[in-house]
Amino acid sequence: MSIENQKNKTVWEKVVIARDVHRPKATDYIPLLFENFIEFHGDRCFKDDRALIGGVAYFNSIPITILAQNKGKTLEENLVCNFGMMHPEGYKKAMRLAKQAEKFNRPIITLIDTPGAYPGKGAEERGQASAIAQCLALFSTLTVPVIAIVLSEGGSGGALALSVANKVIMLENAVYSILSPEGFASILYKDETKAKEAAEIMKMTAADLYDVGFVDSIIKEPKNGAQENIVQVVNALIEQVSLDLQECLKMKDEALVRSRNEKFRNIGVID
Amino acid sequence: MNIFSKRKEQLDRFKAYLHKDQDNQSIKRSVPEIIEVCPSCHGATTKDTLEKNMYVCNTCQHHFTLSADQRIAYLLDKNSFKEIDAHAKSANKDNFTMYQSKLDQAISKTGHNEAFVGGIGKINKHRVCFGVLDSNFIMGSMGYVVGDKITRLIETATKRKCPLILVIASGGARMQEGILSLMQMVKTSAALAQFDKVGGLYISILTKPTTGGVSASFAMLGDIILAEPKAMIGFAGKRVIEKTINETLPEEFQKAEFVLEKGFLDKIVTRQELRKTLSDLLDLHQHRRR
Repeated sequence: MSIENQKNKTVWEKVVIARDVHRPKATDYIPLLFENFIEFHGDRCFKDDRALIGGVAYFNSIPITILAQNKGKTLEENLVCNFGMMHPEGYKKAMRLAKQAEKFNRPIITLIDTPGAYPGKGAEERGQASAIAQCLALFSTLTVPVIAIVLSEGGSGGALALSVANKVIMLENAVYSILSPEGFASILYKDETKAKEAAEIMKMTAADLYDVGFVDSIIKEPKNGAQENIVQVVNALIEQVSLDLQECLKMKDEALVRSRNEKFRNIGVID
Repeated sequence: MNIFSKRKEQLDRFKAYLHKDQDNQSIKRSVPEIIEVCPSCHGATTKDTLEKNMYVCNTCQHHFTLSADQRIAYLLDKNSFKEIDAHAKSANKDNFTMYQSKLDQAISKTGHNEAFVGGIGKINKHRVCFGVLDSNFIMGSMGYVVGDKITRLIETATKRKCPLILVIASGGARMQEGILSLMQMVKTSAALAQFDKVGGLYISILTKPTTGGVSASFAMLGDIILAEPKAMIGFAGKRVIEKTINETLPEEFQKAEFVLEKGFLDKIVTRQELRKTLSDLLDLHQHRRR
């Protein structure tokens, strides 16, 4: 939670840590955060998008639904899960499991780690924009608690679709932005190599997003990032998720929807 | 030399001829830019003809880009439009100097304070909450002011149980506003979900371009989604996709006809038919069984 600590690193250093191949991935966190995870596959329409792991498990003996973006740990895994970049079928799978969670009154916990939604031919043909839009709309109406944990990289609409949450928890060295610093540099400076400079002004760190009102709590990491000591990070996460869940589970359906929407309603308001 | 530049040269000569005797401002005003070249077929048309044809090329049916004011004039009953939140201006919270000058330019170019103009008006006597994005204003991009204005219009429609019609022309989220801009996707989508719950009718009209964070939020959430012919509609930019998959994409990729074929549009409607189509749809939805 300490925001001062973060000032030791430049934003670009955080980007590098967040993207590090050795940084723990969703598959590392799931068995440490939850018990008895059972994975569910498929969107019931086209295919199973492996960039998103979905399923049910227990958190502190409470049944929950997990929706986790997965980049994979080896090159082989990277390819299978498309480096965590989801296709429309991934967002449809997320919606299917979110509705299932609502039906059985289970809180939803999302783990966010993606460079963005996949910009591919098939993704466009199958309605990437439509799938993300529907995901945003659906999550804004869910009558169960939603908690989002930003693990490493939160890239644009692709990450946002799973971030419509009552509580957003972000790791200290994770980054979250409208597009990659490289993309930002190429649009605004017409020069992709100015990514470092772009990162500094993009307000993409946990502290920046806390100030905006999007992030509710920041999880401190070891000096060299979560890759140094995942157990420490997991313990802090369990503590924070427990607090957030306790608070959310006290709320009635309508209050949950209202408070979730108010959070976003108040970001960027005209006078 | 391509046909376009040849044509442009001919036109320039023609314009020079028209302007040759004028040396004061009053004459200049009486000889306005009377010729427009179609960006699609390069045919030249007088502005008068184009105006009569709602800025649709007579030769190739290309739909020219329209301003917010033109949209209002073509779709709403005369003098029926009352704008809401017209004063709202972006505060340029991050203090980009380049962004501030872009904003200033866009304001003087369009005569509006932001890329979204919304309010209450009538279509064939049906009262509607109506909004339009103007691509002449920083590509119709959605910063926090645009997002908040749209959200407020949706909330007004929800309160008044009034049909909502949005004409979209936007490159997506406004990069200069960063995360603040991204969050508007959630805000607008959540407001539409509440509008949906009370049974509100939302018709979105997608025009060139409808991409990025705007297509991935309110644009694609219409109960009925219409589009203009050949409108560019998609999530990622074509060049980004080509670079990612290392493949050249066909001409028709992300065009309205392609998007309709893939199942994401209800209907493609020409500009001349649009007002009538909206009026018919509003008629039909008036006769709902409670």
